[in-house]
Amino acid sequence: MNGLFPRMRGFLILGYFFMLMPLVYVVVYSFNSSRFVTVWENFSFKWYPQLWQNQVLMKAAGISLQVAFCAATIAVVIGTIAAVAYTRFPTMRGRGFLSFISIAPMVLPEVVLGMAFLMAYLVLQDWVGLPKNRGMITIIIAHATIGMAYAFIMIRNRLRNFDAALIEAAMDLGATPLSIFFKITIPIIAPTLVASWLLVFILSFDDLVVASFVSGAEVTTLPMAIFSSIKFGLTPEINALAAVMIFILSIILIVISRKLTRKHEPGLLIQAPEEE
Amino acid sequence: MWKALKNIKNPSQTWTAVLLSICVYAWILPVFFLGFLQIVKVAFSEPYIQVPPYKDILTHFSWEAVEFKIYLANLYDLFNEKLYVYAFWRSIKIAGLSTFIALLVAYPMAIGLVMMPKRWQPSLLLLILLPFWTSFLLRVYAWIGLLNTDGIINMALMKIGFISKPLEMLHTDFAVVLGMVYCYLPFMLLPLYSTLQKFDWSLIEASADLGCRPWASFRQVMLPNTLSGIFTGCFFVFIPALGEIIIPILLGGSKSVLFGRVIWEEFFFNRDWTMAAMLSIALLFVLMVPIYLAQKKGDL
Repeated sequence: MNGLFPRMRGFLILGYFFMLMPLVYVVVYSFNSSRFVTVWENFSFKWYPQLWQNQVLMKAAGISLQVAFCAATIAVVIGTIAAVAYTRFPTMRGRGFLSFISIAPMVLPEVVLGMAFLMAYLVLQDWVGLPKNRGMITIIIAHATIGMAYAFIMIRNRLRNFDAALIEAAMDLGATPLSIFFKITIPIIAPTLVASWLLVFILSFDDLVVASFVSGAEVTTLPMAIFSSIKFGLTPEINALAAVMIFILSIILIVISRKLTRKHEPGLLIQAPEEE
Repeated sequence: MWKALKNIKNPSQTWTAVLLSICVYAWILPVFFLGFLQIVKVAFSEPYIQVPPYKDILTHFSWEAVEFKIYLANLYDLFNEKLYVYAFWRSIKIAGLSTFIALLVAYPMAIGLVMMPKRWQPSLLLLILLPFWTSFLLRVYAWIGLLNTDGIINMALMKIGFISKPLEMLHTDFAVVLGMVYCYLPFMLLPLYSTLQKFDWSLIEASADLGCRPWASFRQVMLPNTLSGIFTGCFFVFIPALGEIIIPILLGGSKSVLFGRVIWEEFFFNRDWTMAAMLSIALLFVLMVPIYLAQKKGDL
């Protein structure tokens, strides 16, 4: 092998420095005693208790957790239904449209999505009177729809690599489609279901733009709270919050990679698609 | 693989397929698809101070007569208002530049990753995913602290005597492009990595045996063979970059007028939903091209 390609490993180090340096900076400065985020004074732990006592941020975090939990659950259920319909019935009419409309929320920009959801709610309010007011429910519905696209892709990719012989064997032995689904399909794709649930959870927990469009005046999610506090200026509390989130995420990621994903699946989001 | 099952004809299967699809449509069509139809309607409505802030294009007079009024001023403004045209071209430029730089950074990194020992690769990928999963907002926030005039980078450069007074980095286009490259780099890196993983390295050896220099074998053998990954990556960077709101607001300052931000401000600050809807339609139209290309050339 010639020298150019192995030398790219050096580039990798630079790349990692670029990608991780901001995170390291945020975590290190969360232990800074100074009120100014750019001047290092002394090591201190005080921003963490202060963060805990910050009513606005904590309340917003609670709302975000609830929203993300519900959105992820709904997204995985509908994503599974769509993925099963897509892979299990190759001759189905309108299969292309099903795939198109299931992926659409993933490829469109957030501004457009946020506006589309808001408009849909207004029309539905006009026609059937639901949803009554904008708030947590509307954010959950919007996030579930976007998350569904991601769940659909992940579960679809998993189902494509599914050993169809298992299904055939079960059918030969007289199992009903429903019992095949619950006793064979679900247990086998369970790791993917969990991984996509976590993915949607994180996406929902992170979303600012769509939530700003569809939330009413009273409900503030964590990213919305962070955004308004950043606009007022940098505070070390946000650094502490970032450090906490990075810590929790690292643990989740390590657990996922150890337990859930198979070795050759590179990422949670963009998996190598199989040739049809 | 599922094609094998195609032969098993079972009338209940068709019904299952229909039933499952109906479940999906019952969710998506009302909460999402309907919204798009309404965006089109609102884009051609007249702005009016009320809640919601526009006049319906259909006004019911009585049971017999229905007034139908289409408001076209927004469409005219879209092409003639300087701000929108300027913001549009600027967004294309900045998103295109960010995509290009992300590709330049990610491609060597992806090669480096593939070159690493197999058992390290999962952990190395994890390190890429870590910043990717961390809150988008907080990643952008970190760069404010780094790029500020009294930020870490300026402090470090002054300490080593590289510059005498702080560089103005925050609130420039440089900061916006940097932020976009930083935030969307994993989107570029992961598809490139997955195509390079499937790449047959013996092709490179063969080309070297035939007298290709490394650069030539990269250009003539590797690049054409990884085009699908390049397309997917560029697509995943360009589309969010074009509609980006948070990065121009936080890193670009007040001068940084990008298309997504214009929509955002029309909606939230001017409360002109009709214009915001019209601008969203324009954005969708523009995105049709890359979405179409990505579905055809890339692997989505």
